[in-house]
Amino acid sequence: MENIKTFLSHFFVTGDPMIYGADASIALVSVAIVFVLTYFKKWKWLWREWLTTVDHKRIGIMYIIAALLMLFRGGVDALMMRTQLALPNMHFLNSEHYNQVFTTHGTIMIIFVAMPFIFGLMNIAVPLQIGARDVAFPFLNAVSFWLFFFGAMLFNLSFVIGGSPDAGWSSYAPYAGAELNPGVGQNYYLIGVQISGIGSLATGINFLVTIAKMRAPGMTLFKMPLFTWSILITSIIVIFAFPAFTVALALMTIDRLFGAHFFTIASGGSPMLWANLFWFWGHPEVYIVLLPVFGIFSEVIATFAHKALFGYVVMIWSMIAISVLSFLTWLHHFFTMGNTAPVNAFFSLSTMLIAIPTGVKIFNWLFTLNKGRIEFTTPMLWALAFIPNFTVGGVTGVMLAMAPADYQYHNSDFLVAHFHSTLIAGTVFGVFCGLHYWWPKMFGYLLNEKLGKWSFWIFMISYNICFMPMYFLGLMGMTRRMYTYPAGLGWGPINFIITIGAFGMGLGFTIMAANIIWSAIHGKRDTTGDPWDGRTLEWSTSSPAPEYNFAHIPVVSTRDAFEAMKEEERKGVKRRQLPFEPIHMPNNSGIPFIMSAFFFVAGFGFVFEWYWMGIPGLIGIVICLLARSFVYNDHHHIPTDEIERTERAAGRFS
Amino acid sequence: MQEHKNTAVESEPAGFPWKQVIGLILSLALTFLALWIAVGLSLPVHVTLTLIVGLAVIQALIQLFMFMHVLEGTDTSHQILGLIFGIFVAFAMVAGTLWIMYFTL
Ligand code: HEM
Ligand SMILES: [Cu+2]
Repeated sequence: MENIKTFLSHFFVTGDPMIYGADASIALVSVAIVFVLTYFKKWKWLWREWLTTVDHKRIGIMYIIAALLMLFRGGVDALMMRTQLALPNMHFLNSEHYNQVFTTHGTIMIIFVAMPFIFGLMNIAVPLQIGARDVAFPFLNAVSFWLFFFGAMLFNLSFVIGGSPDAGWSSYAPYAGAELNPGVGQNYYLIGVQISGIGSLATGINFLVTIAKMRAPGMTLFKMPLFTWSILITSIIVIFAFPAFTVALALMTIDRLFGAHFFTIASGGSPMLWANLFWFWGHPEVYIVLLPVFGIFSEVIATFAHKALFGYVVMIWSMIAISVLSFLTWLHHFFTMGNTAPVNAFFSLSTMLIAIPTGVKIFNWLFTLNKGRIEFTTPMLWALAFIPNFTVGGVTGVMLAMAPADYQYHNSDFLVAHFHSTLIAGTVFGVFCGLHYWWPKMFGYLLNEKLGKWSFWIFMISYNICFMPMYFLGLMGMTRRMYTYPAGLGWGPINFIITIGAFGMGLGFTIMAANIIWSAIHGKRDTTGDPWDGRTLEWSTSSPAPEYNFAHIPVVSTRDAFEAMKEEERKGVKRRQLPFEPIHMPNNSGIPFIMSAFFFVAGFGFVFEWYWMGIPGLIGIVICLLARSFVYNDHHHIPTDEIERTERAAGRFS
Repeated sequence: MQEHKNTAVESEPAGFPWKQVIGLILSLALTFLALWIAVGLSLPVHVTLTLIVGLAVIQALIQLFMFMHVLEGTDTSHQILGLIFGIFVAFAMVAGTLWIMYFTL
């Protein structure tokens, strides 16, 4: 009896009212979901239409829903931190709790918000932009999604079962090692991130092959839309950067679970090697979450300036330059770890070099706007706001790149402000921009413009209230990851303003969520498939796109292929109505979901070092792999009369 | 039936995948051999390192030929570009790490 009691009090996180609140709300939400699904008899529908789907558009939607939920969780973490820091000597979070919160905030925002949001948007847009009917490996695509999903769930479970990791999102050794950090928290980080990382790697491979092999006839590489180009380059970075992280996570897992010493000084390991491997992935990672939004902004700015993008080829070469350089800058994250001067000088220079192609892109966007007929829609507002706000992040990045100066503000709030300038004004503005832009393609109706603009202005202004003062706070000496500070240093008022800004961003996000709900009921239908007068092929099919995307695969002869088609139509060239042919599509499969669930079980087992659970979990994974290799009947054909019916319902066949 | 060029290739059962199975077994064998050399034998550090790096290179080649289709495909430029970028990244990582780690103050 006593044993069971001590076990339970360690298993469940106890003693904190906020965590009991979380327990209660998780239980309530779960019960509510089960109830609604049962009451409306939706279990079968959920399984057949969503959990087993291999359709890139649905997988994209699921990625985005998951990313929005995780953004909520990461945002609540942020608000908790900002509440704690609002005034000197606050007692809202204690130091231990604060460490856990910044760790889960950082990890969730990067790995479970930024990446999946981008993966969601690229799943939706890339196959449509290149005139394909799906990605190259639809089954693998579902595997990627579910691995991400279950990895994220495993990581989030740490909050209520076992305890959260607390070594920062960068999980530096030796603090993250078994000796200084006993318990399961750090295991959750290592294994949860590892599981979703496998999915990311597979996504990289999938989209590289899709873009290389499945483009519509006539679409040569230099006729691809810029978003597709950005995803091509991002996929290459994913493929070459993620293995370093996979290996680093695996080595630290071996250290923690089996007592090895890769990252401990004892027995000849090296804690610095962790930082080295982590950032060898970590720096390319920031471009993984930035290049795609550069692509989104290029599409949106060209669309709403009603002009072809300025400097298309230069844009592409600057992205290629960034992808190469991004593998040569990683040390700028640890200039202060005692490297010699030549080492610091090299990485200082390579970092500054990377600012050049980035600056080139900024000017290209500006020249695209020049003399354009600019239309201020919500997506365009996000894109326009990106340019100056992101530039602040870029300029402060160059300041941080100067190694001697970095000794002054390394790990201060100046750094925190810098990376939020790039991650929020870059990635977050970008995914919000893409969300509004492609929403009609996903669901067949538009988000409300008025609410959209309110959420934009409130979020954007609050972002500046939050992060501009933070630069000065950093220069005044406040360091990052600091859970409280004494009065009398002059930090109080600035911190209070920052907290106001943080809550303002929360309000902006809430309005966006309200907009989603409002528009789901009252949103304007998109009957044309082309609500923005778009230029690229995704706007040439109906909204939402049918299962097979295109009844006829488009034939491409120029850049901005859809704009060219519309131009021809305006000139009175009639397009011939070709007869339909049966379309070959992949079958749904439950294996990705089930296999990823086994990953979750195995992962949970290894987190607690319960091998009786971990090993059967691994066996389950292998069984799923075997089962899949014996599936021969993995595709079907959509008959012509069904295509005809679908097209007629969309008003595209008469 | 006439398929459009850019729909996914139809999968057909293509006999027993001997190549992949042999590749898998060789990879596992090499991995455990490396583990045994490092943990089971107590050779001088240099010797251990040389041996396991050698095994790693062999394993990389097995991966390239057994799983990664280097000799297949119609467009060799893809293969060559991929290999060049891979070598670049591997070099940046290994040489960069050695440079960083051995020259700390
Ligand atoms: C509402 C918006 C946000 C606010 C108010 C906010 C606030 C904060 C705060 C207060 C910290 C901890 C500072 C410290 O004590 O060291 C932090 C850390 C961090 N944030 Fe945010 N954040 C926001 C959004 C984001 C987003 C969107 C991302 C990424 C996409 C992000 C990534 C990070 C990372 C990586 C860290 C570092 C965690 C660590 O130190 O290990 N944040 N943020
Ligand atoms: Cu970096």
